[in-house]
Amino acid sequence: MVADTAPHTAPQAASRGSEPANPPAALQVRAWLARRSEAVAIPLAAVAAGFLLFSLFLLALGKSPLGFLDIVWRGGFGSPFALQNSLQRAAPLLFAALCVALPARLGLVVIGGEGAIVLGGVAAAAASQPLAGAPPLLAIPLMALAAAAAGAVWIGAVGALRAYRGVNETIASLLMSYIAIALSNHLIEGLLRDPQSLNKPSTRPIGEAFAVGPMPGMDVHWGLGIGILACLAAYLLTERTTIGFAARIAGGNVRAARIQGLPVGRLVTTFTALGGACAALAGFFEVAAVHSNANASLVAGFGYTGILVAFLARQNPLAILPVAFLLGGIEASSGLIQRRMQLPDATVLVLEGILFLAVLLSETLYGRFRVFSPHLWAGKRAAAGVPATVQA
Amino acid sequence: MADLPLSRRHLLGGAAVLGLSALPLVRARAAGNLTVGFIYVGPKDDYGYNQAHAKGAAALKALPGIQVVEEENVRETTDVQKTMESMINLDSAGLIFPTSFGYFDPHVLIEAKKNPKVQFRHCGGLWTESNPKNAGSYFGYIAQGQYLNGIVAAHASRSKKLGFVAAKPIPQVLNNVNGFLLGARSVDPAITLQVIFTGEWSLAVKEAEATNALIDGGADVITCHVDSPKVVVETAARRGAFACGYHADQSALAKDKYLTGAEWNWASIYKGFVADMQAGRAPPNFLRGGLADGFVKMSPYGPAVSEAARRNADAVKAEMMKGGFAIIRGPLKDNKGNEIAPAGRTYAENAIELEKTNYLVEGVKGSA
Repeated sequence: MVADTAPHTAPQAASRGSEPANPPAALQVRAWLARRSEAVAIPLAAVAAGFLLFSLFLLALGKSPLGFLDIVWRGGFGSPFALQNSLQRAAPLLFAALCVALPARLGLVVIGGEGAIVLGGVAAAAASQPLAGAPPLLAIPLMALAAAAAGAVWIGAVGALRAYRGVNETIASLLMSYIAIALSNHLIEGLLRDPQSLNKPSTRPIGEAFAVGPMPGMDVHWGLGIGILACLAAYLLTERTTIGFAARIAGGNVRAARIQGLPVGRLVTTFTALGGACAALAGFFEVAAVHSNANASLVAGFGYTGILVAFLARQNPLAILPVAFLLGGIEASSGLIQRRMQLPDATVLVLEGILFLAVLLSETLYGRFRVFSPHLWAGKRAAAGVPATVQA
Repeated sequence: MADLPLSRRHLLGGAAVLGLSALPLVRARAAGNLTVGFIYVGPKDDYGYNQAHAKGAAALKALPGIQVVEEENVRETTDVQKTMESMINLDSAGLIFPTSFGYFDPHVLIEAKKNPKVQFRHCGGLWTESNPKNAGSYFGYIAQGQYLNGIVAAHASRSKKLGFVAAKPIPQVLNNVNGFLLGARSVDPAITLQVIFTGEWSLAVKEAEATNALIDGGADVITCHVDSPKVVVETAARRGAFACGYHADQSALAKDKYLTGAEWNWASIYKGFVADMQAGRAPPNFLRGGLADGFVKMSPYGPAVSEAARRNADAVKAEMMKGGFAIIRGPLKDNKGNEIAPAGRTYAENAIELEKTNYLVEGVKGSA
């Protein structure tokens, strides 16, 4: 299980309890900064270490790591085109990562977002049919709602199986994902199939009126904007509400949460359902903003890249934003890497895999560096008053 | 978007610590030359659909004045739009081949509208008059190859049961299944064919399971229509069954168990398109052809193919080379007993009805 914010909150509580007189505001700010910088510095160091390892791989192939970075920069970040390319790729990853990060608050590892994405896309396409002729401002949210409901039921069922029947949610979500894709294929090739779609079975088109357009001034669809809002909302939910607090308690220690009278079963079902709803929105945007119908191209692997994003972001909904952008950029540059460096597409997968391992390994480093200790910066008296073991 | 200057100064912060020299970057295209972009949905060495296209691309690399840029594993999402734009903006590609079926609608259509000066040719025969004029499609009658596969398979089979691993029950796949059985039945009308649909274009585990199930059911010659026939051909050979190839030449994977195969020959189409571009013409918008046009070819016969089988297949191939060869010939029923073609009715390879095939012919076990 990946550690959540527990290591940060513990010293916080400890330092509050151990400060007989409030230290000056400047010292408090320094302490706060020290605590926060740990959460930034360690992942950054892990990414840098991961890239150093990857450089060895490149050198072994006789390619230049700096040339590689240059191409990643130009392909993913260095021009308006590259930036929009990265943002476009980041959009579905935001939703897919939330499907992992929200249940992770309860200590659950849900890896079946791919199925919810596909099912959400099919639900949105199906909902568009009876809505034909309705005003788009009404119909488009209803399509999104249909998608979210499908995803919520699907992943929520995984949560319910976990909470009430003790079924392992990781395995269950993966298997449910396979079922979702098979079910979607069945619907696309059967009940919902547009008879006009001969060699590429698809649902009937949603119609131009219901198409979701690009965001103003950009060549990126609204999935990005809504995805950012979803991440912000998820952050507020987990960090700033009682429900989020209860979820974190249950994630930290289920038995303690039960003894406290927290409705663990309902919390688990709610958070997995919310995650599923988020993933399904990615499917909604793929249909409404990209494909204009549901077809097999919905199975694009966003759900799996989303797992990577969520873990790199350490399950923090706010951190998902930069991480998804970074991975979107790396994927955007993958084409240039193939074309300019004559490296296979798998190169980017190798890089992503190494970064993933580096960040996972770095989990063991939290609380080990005195430089990040708030007590060091909050003034000597406070530091002396706290035994080192409190941080462990 | 203008070309980016190839400055190496835009390094990511912190990267300079590595202190390693940058690789000299190759600048694509000089004035007057043509850059051709190829986009594949899977790996370009998949022994299948993508490799067949990559072989066509490789044939262009040798031509003077031609620069080839390639990208593999590009998803059928906005990813492929961005790849096309990147090839146009950064590599100045003038002709683009997005080769996967799912790239056409909406991705190729969107980019063709956005970039009226660039020519897009898509593999699959989906282009119609209402689509942008700088787009187009090309495809081949590869069911002819499966018919020849069937003839060779019939001579090799002892159990008189053949097997077919198919991706999806769509017209192009069904035509191949029907072609394979009808070719075999032209040799021995008692032969039957079991087909298993995996539901996905690329799903190695299910393809292996399907191959094993077919062989367990008594089939002794297996062929397929999936993106990469590698797993099917290897599994069949390992189980001691014969294999007929598809898309590309898989003889290296099955050695003496490989009979022959129906292969794409995209190089001839690509060379023609490039010649058009260099002569200042737009390549044709809609192009289809079969064995006679050089769009499809057969793998060389394997050592297990008997002399009689070679003579039989070569004779039919010679007929096909004349054009107008009909695989679907009445009287013919589908495997549910419905009549497909009355006596005397034939559908030649270019018959438009074959684009809508939704049946499996009599003798095929399985349902579309």
